[in-house]
Amino acid sequence: MTATTSEVLPYEDVVAAYDPVIGLEVHVELSTVTKMFCGCSTVFGAEPNTQVCPVCLGLPGALPVVNAVAVESAVRIGLALDCSIAPWGRFARKNYFYPDMPKNFQTSQYDEPIAVDGHLDVELDDGTVFRVQIERAHMEEDTGKSLHVGGSTGRIHGAEHSLVDYNRAGIPLIEIVTRPVTGAGQRAPEVARAYVGAVRDLLRALGVSDVRMEQGSLRCDANVSLRARTPDGQSAVPLGTRTETKNVNSLRSVERAVRYEMTRQGARLASGATILQETRHWHEDSGTTTSGREKSDADDYRYFPEPDLVPIAPDPAWVATLAQTLPEAPPARRRRLQAAWGLADLQMRDLVYAGATELVEATVAVGASPAAAAKWWSGELARTANAAGVELSSLAITPAQVAQLAGLVESGRVNDTMARQVLKGVLAGEGDPEQVVGARGLELVSDDGALGAAVDRAIAGAPDVAAKIRDGKVSAGGALIGAVMKEMKGQADAARVRELVLARLTSP
Amino acid sequence: MTGTSPDLTRWSATDLAAALAVGEVSAVEVTRAHLDRIAAVDPEVHAFLHVGADGALAAARAVDDARAAGRPLGPLAGVPVAVKDVVTTQGLPTTAGSRILAGWVPPYDATLVTRLRAGGLVLLGKTNMDEFAMGSSTEHSAYGPTHNPWDLERIPGGSGGGSAAAVAAFEAPLAIGTDTGGSIRQPAAVTGTVGVKPTYGGVSRYGLIALASSLDQAGPCARSVLDAAALHEVIGGHDPRDSTSIDAPAPAAVEAARRADVRGLRIGVVRELGGDGYQAGVRTRFDESVQLLVDAGAEVVEVSCPSFEYALAAYYLILPSEASSNLARFDAMRYGLRVVPDGVDAPTAEQVMAATRDAGFGDEVKRRIILGTYALSSGYYDAYYGQAQKVRTLIARDFEAAFGRVDVLMSPTTPTTAFRLGEKLDDPVAMYLSDVATIPANLAGIPGMSLPAGLADEDGLPVGVQLLAPATHDARLYGVGAALEAMLLERWGGPLLDRAPALPTTAPTREGVA
Repeated sequence: MTATTSEVLPYEDVVAAYDPVIGLEVHVELSTVTKMFCGCSTVFGAEPNTQVCPVCLGLPGALPVVNAVAVESAVRIGLALDCSIAPWGRFARKNYFYPDMPKNFQTSQYDEPIAVDGHLDVELDDGTVFRVQIERAHMEEDTGKSLHVGGSTGRIHGAEHSLVDYNRAGIPLIEIVTRPVTGAGQRAPEVARAYVGAVRDLLRALGVSDVRMEQGSLRCDANVSLRARTPDGQSAVPLGTRTETKNVNSLRSVERAVRYEMTRQGARLASGATILQETRHWHEDSGTTTSGREKSDADDYRYFPEPDLVPIAPDPAWVATLAQTLPEAPPARRRRLQAAWGLADLQMRDLVYAGATELVEATVAVGASPAAAAKWWSGELARTANAAGVELSSLAITPAQVAQLAGLVESGRVNDTMARQVLKGVLAGEGDPEQVVGARGLELVSDDGALGAAVDRAIAGAPDVAAKIRDGKVSAGGALIGAVMKEMKGQADAARVRELVLARLTSP
Repeated sequence: MTGTSPDLTRWSATDLAAALAVGEVSAVEVTRAHLDRIAAVDPEVHAFLHVGADGALAAARAVDDARAAGRPLGPLAGVPVAVKDVVTTQGLPTTAGSRILAGWVPPYDATLVTRLRAGGLVLLGKTNMDEFAMGSSTEHSAYGPTHNPWDLERIPGGSGGGSAAAVAAFEAPLAIGTDTGGSIRQPAAVTGTVGVKPTYGGVSRYGLIALASSLDQAGPCARSVLDAAALHEVIGGHDPRDSTSIDAPAPAAVEAARRADVRGLRIGVVRELGGDGYQAGVRTRFDESVQLLVDAGAEVVEVSCPSFEYALAAYYLILPSEASSNLARFDAMRYGLRVVPDGVDAPTAEQVMAATRDAGFGDEVKRRIILGTYALSSGYYDAYYGQAQKVRTLIARDFEAAFGRVDVLMSPTTPTTAFRLGEKLDDPVAMYLSDVATIPANLAGIPGMSLPAGLADEDGLPVGVQLLAPATHDARLYGVGAALEAMLLERWGGPLLDRAPALPTTAPTREGVA
């Protein structure tokens, strides 16, 4: 089902003819110590089915009890999104059969979500602020994880058998749902990416989640529909049929998936075909989506209030206290830090885009200059993380180590090229920068004795070059400096070498 | 049933506890006596689905050792108890009377079982029941019906017929039941025993295989009000594992039962729970009980609860709705029966789920799952589940108004005495009507007790009288119940169960149970 070019319409044609409407559902796993309804650990990556108990396995007779920390996190998220917090609300059961759902119903919230009617101001790359309306944020439990074995796609279709890991079953989730986002026009994919990024920054600032998209602790489902533009350029009123692309798991993919769906739907509409309301799978490698399962508004989950749990009734005084102790909003914080660090807009944007704000802050806090900290985190380290497909913060290097490295460069003990090698050593687990410098013998040689001898040998080995310099052609010195650097295997202070060469061949 | 009979199985739990406390008998002796009795009569009664003889004797030995060592023990330490098979017991099979859980041994104890074990009670085994507690006769058990010790051709009530029959047949002095719409009280009524449904949230539901979560409540089954009170105190009280559990200690039931005083008490007879549709012998025995209370100094008035008319209909929407969701987990993926469909090459998980549920659930369970699935469907929810919840509110208001006037309400427990096995099996609605008087208490979450009022003149079978109290006032039931029980003992010249016919016995083979 790979798309061919005929299946998509050029992007410019899509946005000329249609107005995209997007809706984003973000699922965030809370970083509570225990699960939503039982005392099991939530640590990621444990051996399958080791973090389970009668409750999260849905054994007969077991009952849920609500995790108070999860409720607190949900209220704080709601407040940070400028939502109203429901004074009273019940959990509901969402009934459907699936092997990774231990009870064959998900304990969720339905018509009484804990937070409703908020908004989030999203900054686009050029600084434009776009307000996204939030419909609701509600609490629910995660499902287990199915592993389909034997098929070529890793999906259930074609698999020989499936295994289920219930460690994830019962992990607290908050689902944040936007209202339909209209008016973004050709910037819709960018708005989608920026929105998910802004949610991620907000959740990180709240300290309620690891927000690691690559580990699935932040997941995004993107709803996309197109509606025809009227000749006057205004959009027709009715919304088009939407598709829901599931589990888009990086910021870049959110943008690409929305963009792809726009071009795919555009091609269908332009050819007179209709859009099927369905869920779609995102394929990272091909940058396309394929049909999942048909979904209609008639999907019947037979919701009813969860009788095993008492209603949640947050004390208004407690909610007010939480509201007063919310952290600074990420955009305001960015502006404050940019001013304090004296960074240009472009530098600051690179840094934010790399997800490096907190890391730079921590690096500056242990003594590095803001410029150096920003340079390393949004440069070499961001590239390394990108290549490995992991979050910057999960690289095996600490802000203190980056600060130490910056110190080595600043004091002239290593140059930039060598510093990058030191970085590789640290990332490879060889210890702190100082230790790597020692172990790899990477220190610059600036000792005049050793350098002087090498310079003498270089002059002796290239008398013609030396003669040119003596004749005043100083620019020829590069060849001699190069020879010295080669002999010193690059670990010489190039500026000092130049001084020594000129001192020997030009007389004052 | 006093401590003077040579047969330990005829003793009350209270008398056994007293004799155990002073070392007059050992827990092992008491346990052996009951295991022997089970071996002798259970082939005919079939109250038990599983007897854990080895575990019971080991537990009894541990109690005897602890007592010998002078360690502190609970008031019922060493007294045997039977547990309805809907309650999880670590190491003992738990099937809820269903084929779909055949052979399942839970890895954990229900909270009430933890409390029984901690209190030194000896678990004899698991008692028979209608599948997933759906029924009023125990005929819907996948493992065959239980027989009423008063007449083996008759039903012992349900769903907890096994627990009531075990107590009535002197196979156990105490048993645990669960009551969703009458499953403790109705079996108690038709077997001449005492059964109490505590206030909703009074006994932890953690480890009760859920039928209808908002209605289910575990409680004691016994042969006397005092014995029920003692067991209630062991299992009751707050449990942090059950979010709907009331944050209060167990009621002072024993103290209330010992005081047994009704002077000045206002008692209401519910007009809607009696009269037409109630068997003549049931009405006679009920009227007598009312008169005894008047004679003892209680003030009796008639009260009306007009919404009770809709209770049965509301109950049969709420219960199936919750059950359809609660029973979804039985899908062959993690535990219990797994059936691979015939003639399907490489079946999908969905096909295995369907085949297993088709083979593993009985007709009554399927009937209620279908009913509940329908009632919760979008487009029908408001008309069915939504309306039923409104009726529930109205019923709670009726009770509230009634308890504004009286301290305790009274009615017959059931419209009839025990009917014959098979009599109502093909008529679900007739079967559902067995619980018409017990259901309102579950819908409102209030406590209820059934105690024996005597034998019906026309068939010589036990009649039960039901007492109801406001939520959290369970102790009041024990006070009134014990007073009425004492007067009835005098009226009948001794315990009603002394009049039950002797059961056919199989010669006890100690190897068979030890």
